Amino acid sequence: MLSYSIKRVLMLIPVLLGMTLIVFAIIHAIPGNPALTILGTKATPEAIQNLNRSLGLDQPWYIQYFTYLKHILSGDLGTSIQTNTPIANQIWPHLAATIELSFVAMIIAVVVGINAGIISAWKKNSVLDYTAMIVALIGVSMPIFWLGLLEQWAFSVKLNWLPSIGRMDIISNVQPITNLYLIDTLLEGQLDQFWMVLRHLILPSIALATIPTAIIARMTRSSMLEVLKSDYIRTAKAKGQRMFWIVYKYALKNAFIPILTVIGLQTGLLLGGAILTETIFGWPGIGLYIYNAIQYRDYPVIQSGILVIAFIFVMVNFIVDLLYGLIDPRIKYR
Amino acid sequence: MSQTAQSQNLPAAVKERSPFISALVDFWKAFRKNKPAIIGAVIVFFFILLAVFANIIAPQGINNQNINIRLEPPSAQHWLGTDSFGRDIFSRIVFGARLSLRVGFFAVIGSIIFGTFLGVIAGYFGKVIDTVISRFFDILLAFPSILLSIAIVSILGPSLNNALVAIAIVNIPVFGRLVRSRVLTVKEEEYIMAARSIGMGNTRIIFNHILPNSFAPIIVQGTLNIATAILDAAGLGFLGMGAQPPQPEWGTMLSDSRQYITDAPWTVLFPGLAIILVVIGFNLMGDGLRDALDPRMKN
Repeated sequence: MLSYSIKRVLMLIPVLLGMTLIVFAIIHAIPGNPALTILGTKATPEAIQNLNRSLGLDQPWYIQYFTYLKHILSGDLGTSIQTNTPIANQIWPHLAATIELSFVAMIIAVVVGINAGIISAWKKNSVLDYTAMIVALIGVSMPIFWLGLLEQWAFSVKLNWLPSIGRMDIISNVQPITNLYLIDTLLEGQLDQFWMVLRHLILPSIALATIPTAIIARMTRSSMLEVLKSDYIRTAKAKGQRMFWIVYKYALKNAFIPILTVIGLQTGLLLGGAILTETIFGWPGIGLYIYNAIQYRDYPVIQSGILVIAFIFVMVNFIVDLLYGLIDPRIKYR
Repeated sequence: MSQTAQSQNLPAAVKERSPFISALVDFWKAFRKNKPAIIGAVIVFFFILLAVFANIIAPQGINNQNINIRLEPPSAQHWLGTDSFGRDIFSRIVFGARLSLRVGFFAVIGSIIFGTFLGVIAGYFGKVIDTVISRFFDILLAFPSILLSIAIVSILGPSLNNALVAIAIVNIPVFGRLVRSRVLTVKEEEYIMAARSIGMGNTRIIFNHILPNSFAPIIVQGTLNIATAILDAAGLGFLGMGAQPPQPEWGTMLSDSRQYITDAPWTVLFPGLAIILVVIGFNLMGDGLRDALDPRMKN
């Protein structure tokens, strides 16, 4: 296990370096003079020269890359052109908002998706199975921004049940401790504020969870169908075990490896989908941060935002790889 | 009865079938049994017809503005209502099929060409070339696809064609990995060794033997990827990074109409339904093609 983990870490290094190279290339791939593109055609030559100097664009590219790498390793993500403040200082509250949203969406996706898949496999070819799979098919085919808009229209505008915009009410005053507001409100012992934050989370997290839920449900169904055919399941049935326990205690454990892989891969979908969801719901996460940066052509923010999301995605899949062995001891790490 | 006698009893049409025709017939027999796949194919065919005959089917032009009839609900004159400029939503959706299908098809064709090229080189030649290309695929796959598309469009500038290029680039590793794994299997087959032993060159082996044997999974993956390409293009359009107004791309139409959802929900409802329907069509058809052409991919 230890040697596998070390090998896996070593394999991560070229991927992480490659990621930094691609993100570094964003600003250099801009056709023409990047500084002119960023500042616009009305920019003075001095302003262009200053920006070239501050972005290091007056150096050869390989020196720029190593400087960029050095800065990243020391935690310096550059300076925002729009606000002229270090990105590393700005990014955490946005990242925390996205993590909170993605985490809640993933919980919804895992709980609903796995249970829908199990029921589908358990009651194969029944009305329940067909209904679940048709809903899952619509789920994977649905643009989440469209679902988000319909949710806002139905639950905020028409029914007035839930808030449609932001992370909290304008008049509320959640004190950021970790910037994960669900945790912060609990730490402060403010249950009413906790409820208010949770209410803001419901619509965006359901929109964000739709596609992963559908994919997890489909994967769980096919994985469970394989396992339910196994001899040990037949033996358990013959011994008179209750079907509920057979499915949830014995079958699910062995069906979980492909499901876990899908969960890991869906993290990317959640983090990528966050930019669409956050734009619709005015959720101040990293997706909206990048979206606003694109509007202002704030390339250092675009670079850092994308790098941070890709880094989290790679690390989640790394952790998923390590979890395989813990869940299924039959897996040998070579 | 001997085999010769059996073959003598076969109808002439069957006896004269080439291997390709036989494969097609087998495929069709398997595919037509799959009802959801047939439904998917019908949906896709319907949208292709809409796209090809948009000029005839659409009752009005895509940019015919009439401020007097803005945000009108669906009626006999305007089947799906009108938008904020008084334009006929049905006509715009019909023309939008052209844009969405164009992005879907051409982005996937681009990914297939470059992905296959890289995948074949990596799988066939192996060693350092394989390591470099495979790491390149790993790196591209480390980025959530929509985010990488956004990064590419932010460099190239927002437009439908640039969105198409971005989606094509993002999907290269999907096909690259698929073809690479196929090549790794096929190149160990005895007939490849036989081809090599009679002096067949690498290029001929690749084009005559390896690529034809990788065809089925590429077709299946390609069909499924058209669905995701259409969704990604709509997402980019919605963010203002794909098609630009007044182009009737479905994601752009949704973005333009979102502020009117309270007063005129049909302006948002129908473009979204068009996206869902065409994506469902490609997903069902892709699943059916997979079951008929390459059932191993199911796992």
